Amino acid sequence: MAQILKPGTLAPEFTLPVTADQKLSLSELRGRPVVLAFYPADFSPVCGDEMALFNEILPDFQKYNAELLGISVDGVWCHDAFAKDRHLHFPLLADFEPKGKVARAYGAYRDADGTSERALFVIDAKGVIAWSYLSPVAVNPGADGILNALESLPK
Amino acid sequence: MLKNPVTAEDHIQGDINAPVVLVEYGDYECPHCGHAYPIIKAVQKKFRKQLAFVFRNFPLNEMHPNAEAAAETAEFAGAAGKFWEMHDALFENQEDLELPNLLEMAKALKLSPEKLQAALASHEYQPRVRSDFQGGVRSGVNGTPTLFLNGQRYDGDVEIEELSAAITSLA
Repeated sequence: MAQILKPGTLAPEFTLPVTADQKLSLSELRGRPVVLAFYPADFSPVCGDEMALFNEILPDFQKYNAELLGISVDGVWCHDAFAKDRHLHFPLLADFEPKGKVARAYGAYRDADGTSERALFVIDAKGVIAWSYLSPVAVNPGADGILNALESLPK
Repeated sequence: MLKNPVTAEDHIQGDINAPVVLVEYGDYECPHCGHAYPIIKAVQKKFRKQLAFVFRNFPLNEMHPNAEAAAETAEFAGAAGKFWEMHDALFENQEDLELPNLLEMAKALKLSPEKLQAALASHEYQPRVRSDFQGGVRSGVNGTPTLFLNGQRYDGDVEIEELSAAITSLA
């Protein structure tokens, strides 16, 4: 498995499409925590469950004023179809061109599969990684780790 | 690990002090929970007083549009002492958990369909369902059904043989 970036590391900046005509940069979210959830692919069964779970927990993330971002190497139209199908209420970033560039920067790219790992990062208000977790690809990591990390952030 | 221990507030079948306590986090509209339903009944029958069973709500609402209403319906019945009757009815009718059928199920259990409809409209039982859900998330529940045996997560197959073996090892 990859070596993902560790807590204490400045989270690499990125600008990625969220929709066909809208981009989002990590630095735009400075001042609030960010949950960055890399997952291998739209529509694959485990990530579906993982994203569905995160979708249900959005109100809890919002309590910490945290922004949840899903990210995979799928393109914007695929993300759009996936989000509509699963009624997802958070942005999905397309790490599509150059493929997996952001995943690589976070140490969360799987060369053999050409997808990202299933990896979670909690980034604090200053843009520093506060917590990171690499899950086996077939295992939905749940959300307890994220919530514990958000709870431990300095107020 | 189960972070929130089983208490008298839980819906429990059997003795809270039984040698083995099985906790399910479930969703009435989830087909895998529907699959687990008769299996859990079978192990309950097999282990009788050695096993207690607790059901907690974990509705994945965006995937299962009727799951929340179904969970609140069970809690509504629970407030009238008929939680398990409704729990069973919901799983036995999980193909159709639209409102008219929920009201029919209430009627069949001699509960007021009007009161149920009002309770669903005002989300009277939503806090209870949310509280189960949040406790589940904190215990690492990541899908349904998630089972715990004496507080330890059970990741084996939800089949009579495998589940029985795990219970036997604790009983």
